[in-house]
Amino acid sequence: MTRLSYVRPMEGWWRRNPYYVRYMIMEATSVIVALYAIILLVGVWRLYQGQAAYEAWLAAQRQAWSVALHGFMLLAMIYHAYTWWKVLPKTLPLIHVGGKHVPGLLLSTTGWTATLVVSAAVYATVRWCGL
Amino acid sequence: MPDSGKIIEIEVLRYRPGQDAEPVLQTYQVPFTDDMSVLQGLQYIKDYIDGTVSFRWSCRMAICGSCGMMVNGKPELSCKTFLRDYHPGKVRVEALANLPIERDLVVSVGDFVKKLESVKPYIIPKEARSLDDGEYLQTPAQLAQYEQFSSCINCLLCYAACPQFGMNSSFTGPAALALLHRYNADSRDGGKAERMELVHSEEGVWSCTLVGYCSEVCPKGVDPARAINMNKTASAADYFLRFVLPKGAAK
Repeated sequence: MTRLSYVRPMEGWWRRNPYYVRYMIMEATSVIVALYAIILLVGVWRLYQGQAAYEAWLAAQRQAWSVALHGFMLLAMIYHAYTWWKVLPKTLPLIHVGGKHVPGLLLSTTGWTATLVVSAAVYATVRWCGL
Repeated sequence: MPDSGKIIEIEVLRYRPGQDAEPVLQTYQVPFTDDMSVLQGLQYIKDYIDGTVSFRWSCRMAICGSCGMMVNGKPELSCKTFLRDYHPGKVRVEALANLPIERDLVVSVGDFVKKLESVKPYIIPKEARSLDDGEYLQTPAQLAQYEQFSSCINCLLCYAACPQFGMNSSFTGPAALALLHRYNADSRDGGKAERMELVHSEEGVWSCTLVGYCSEVCPKGVDPARAINMNKTASAADYFLRFVLPKGAAK
């Protein structure tokens, strides 16, 4: 006898649950992180080409559309950093210290704090150097 | 019969093979009291309104894993989900997502049982011991390495939460892989090398993209996403170690 079980379609699956929407945004931000890495690499390449090329690249970064793009990429980067540390504990072996389980949230919080401290230090250094 | 005077609307996704070409929603008005679970709402429908509605259930206390279904779009055990939390809104119950519907709220579990068997969910002793050798000893620290993964009740909520499984049913999936890890992480077990072949495969951990919803919906506090993703590290380590170790850590 043939079984007539019904398999439901998966189209639009990621819109069915806010959890999936957040997952898709998290995945999409990795593309933006890659895009920003390319922009920086182009900067290094222009620096290698000489002062004039580098100045031109810097001037391009100061265009209004570029500043807006960087603002958008910064937001994406912040969300990416947030989710990166959020899922990190899922990839680590179970950690026990003094017989007690170290909760994932503690690991994530450590990561978030480290990101904030390092970002603030880099920003302060850049400001202090007058860049 | 409940006589609180309160009525809730329950929509049930019906699928009667041979009769319905595709699933359709059917609505029932169900009187309820605050202590009634969604499962009890369905039992009311079956007993007093429509005897043709099909669903699985057994223990009514969140341990048998039979009554999993989508409740307002989320995978839940219907016995530990309460009608009062949805009233005065309505409740929509559907068969667990990502799994084939056999009839109404009943899904096929045959494929899952095969996957469960494929992970060898039993201890393969490291060394043969006779009864005279006594029991295997284990420290609390060794127990802690696998204990939470042993709480799985095979309810399949994690499969309903996993879009990767929905798009590719050959993926071994969260519960089976969590159970695989439960045995691999057991200090008494010696079967890790056998199980790692499945871990490495396309159907193993690498089909997971860390959506992570499986761990959110688990009613028993198991963390299948962690079991799977820490095995990606183990799988990658095996891959690279074979270049370094004389005989290799993996085949």
